[in-house]
Amino acid sequence: MKIAPPPTGPVPWQPELALAMVRDMLRIRRMEERAAELYGEQKIRGFLHLYIGEEAVATGAIHALEAEDNIVATYREHGHALLRGMPMRTIMAEMYGKREGCSRGRGGSMHLFDAKLRLYGGNAIVAGGLPLAVGLALADKLQGVRRVTACFFGEGAMAEGAFHEALNLAALWKVPALFCCENNLYAMGTALARSESQTDLCAKAASYGVPTAKVDGQDIVAVHEAAKKAQQHVREGKGPFFVELQTYRYRAHSMFDPELYRAKQEVEEWKTRGPLHTFTARLKAEGKLTEEQFLALDAEVAKEVEDAVAFAEAGSWEPVEDLTRDVTAA
Amino acid sequence: MKKISYREAMREALREALAADPRVFLMGEDVGRYGGTYAVSKGLLQEFGPERIRDTPLSELGFTGAGIGAALGGMRPIVEVMTVNFSLLALDQIVNTASLYRHMSGGQFSVPLVIRMATGAGRQIAAQHSHSLENWYAHIPGIKVLAPATVEDARGMLAPALADPDPVVIFEHAALYNTEGELPEPWSTDIKSAMVRKPGSAVSLITYGGSLPKTLEAAQMLAKEGIDAEVVDLRVLRPLDDETIMASVAKCRRAVIVDEGWKTGSLAAELMARIVEQAFYELDAPLARVCSEEVPMPYAKHMEQAALPQPDKIVAAAKGLFG
Repeated sequence: MKIAPPPTGPVPWQPELALAMVRDMLRIRRMEERAAELYGEQKIRGFLHLYIGEEAVATGAIHALEAEDNIVATYREHGHALLRGMPMRTIMAEMYGKREGCSRGRGGSMHLFDAKLRLYGGNAIVAGGLPLAVGLALADKLQGVRRVTACFFGEGAMAEGAFHEALNLAALWKVPALFCCENNLYAMGTALARSESQTDLCAKAASYGVPTAKVDGQDIVAVHEAAKKAQQHVREGKGPFFVELQTYRYRAHSMFDPELYRAKQEVEEWKTRGPLHTFTARLKAEGKLTEEQFLALDAEVAKEVEDAVAFAEAGSWEPVEDLTRDVTAA
Repeated sequence: MKKISYREAMREALREALAADPRVFLMGEDVGRYGGTYAVSKGLLQEFGPERIRDTPLSELGFTGAGIGAALGGMRPIVEVMTVNFSLLALDQIVNTASLYRHMSGGQFSVPLVIRMATGAGRQIAAQHSHSLENWYAHIPGIKVLAPATVEDARGMLAPALADPDPVVIFEHAALYNTEGELPEPWSTDIKSAMVRKPGSAVSLITYGGSLPKTLEAAQMLAKEGIDAEVVDLRVLRPLDDETIMASVAKCRRAVIVDEGWKTGSLAAELMARIVEQAFYELDAPLARVCSEEVPMPYAKHMEQAALPQPDKIVAAAKGLFG
């Protein structure tokens, strides 16, 4: 596969927004790098799916949303939870399995939930969140609430029936749902062309009459600008919108993945398109970011990460007596 | 008291729920213009409009998941799935999302969703429309499972199901829709307990759903032979009302479970296990059960009837406990 050159071009944003984007991508990156280390130390167990390499997608998209919007995400959702406003402490504690985590340690890395932040998971059934998103959007429409439900999923989800049922329902009922496909080219280890007879993902959404946009997911400027337009379409009551964000996962699918399905060279080539360093390079070239500023941001984020780890370390275990609590309300 | 059919009772319950709460809406395949596959929702589209009587495409997974999302989003959806066989297409959303969101989120989320579906055999519509899989649902923590068997329960169970903060699955046995009964006023709205439908003292016949009329008939046949059978209607399949079940077993000292599900891994098996755990020393005879034969439900009438629990089989099983 031919890999496109790194994203370039002017950044049409005020320095404040640009710095916020850098900061948030860094927060995801550093939190997850630390999580990978903690996995090695067996502090975090189970599955751990890292978003490293894909940060521009969640960052650019979530910055286009409003605080009251709904978010439905997948099992690779640490970044989405963080940018939605979940404290890094709470995320880290959940990954540790501690009671201070967002889900009391019951969900772990794949199941970050926050009812107040309107974050509906953290869904580890591929495509499982799509029908849910249609329902959330339908509820808003029926209640006259002007809100967008943003649903994130991988391209692997598009082979599931749930994707097709959900897109059809969303279009048929014209619900305010924004479908964000994070196309990282591999469904676990199965490359797109090996799992989909039609590799043009936008064509699939378009077949339901849903408007689409194909976006370079490594270019945060492109992601954010496309997401702004898409969410506006949805918010104005014009029905659902589908965005394909073309991205790449630099780490393994999960910590159990030996990566037999792709060449190291391919990963290295994609790293030249890394969302963080290409964006900071553009900002520096425009004089919107200095190396000192970047290092200061990085140091600030490092503190946040260490604070989160300390919080998780100091956390407590849910008492076993609470095992059957919350199976049902009563 | 007024005479009413099970179908009309269900429709009245739906109408009342829709009128009482603007958050309630009904969705499913052909619930609107067609009037409902079993005509339960007939006329409701004209009364409540297409937003609230919402026809869906043939997408059980999609619209059940949308029901879950709408419930999370503040609505009180009622999802109608045409039959339990088709509900298997929606099982992922019910088991992997609806049932576990509360627990897995540490108690943050509530899914106040009602799912109604037809179940059971007896109408010669063969193996892909006639199975009785209530026990699959009763296996799952986090949901409530109801089996209204009388017009009173068809009329009364929907409102408390909608008021319940957790997912509730209601099984309507297709052979019951045309049955008629007296509707008492006020009707019961309890979705917690099993009920004794006919008191007796010699043998406890424990059943639910479409097997209730057959079991009551068997009790009459047994009475003619001098055996005073008690009939317990489970009504709620999860959580089971152990107290009522064990009280009946302790009183009668003999029990037969009647369950339209297949014997292997059945609800009957669960009931027998519970009785052995909780009331073994009350028993004067081994437990017995009458279940469906372990075959896909045949089309031909004589074969279908042969596959199902029948009054004569229940009578034989009960008499077998009296050595």
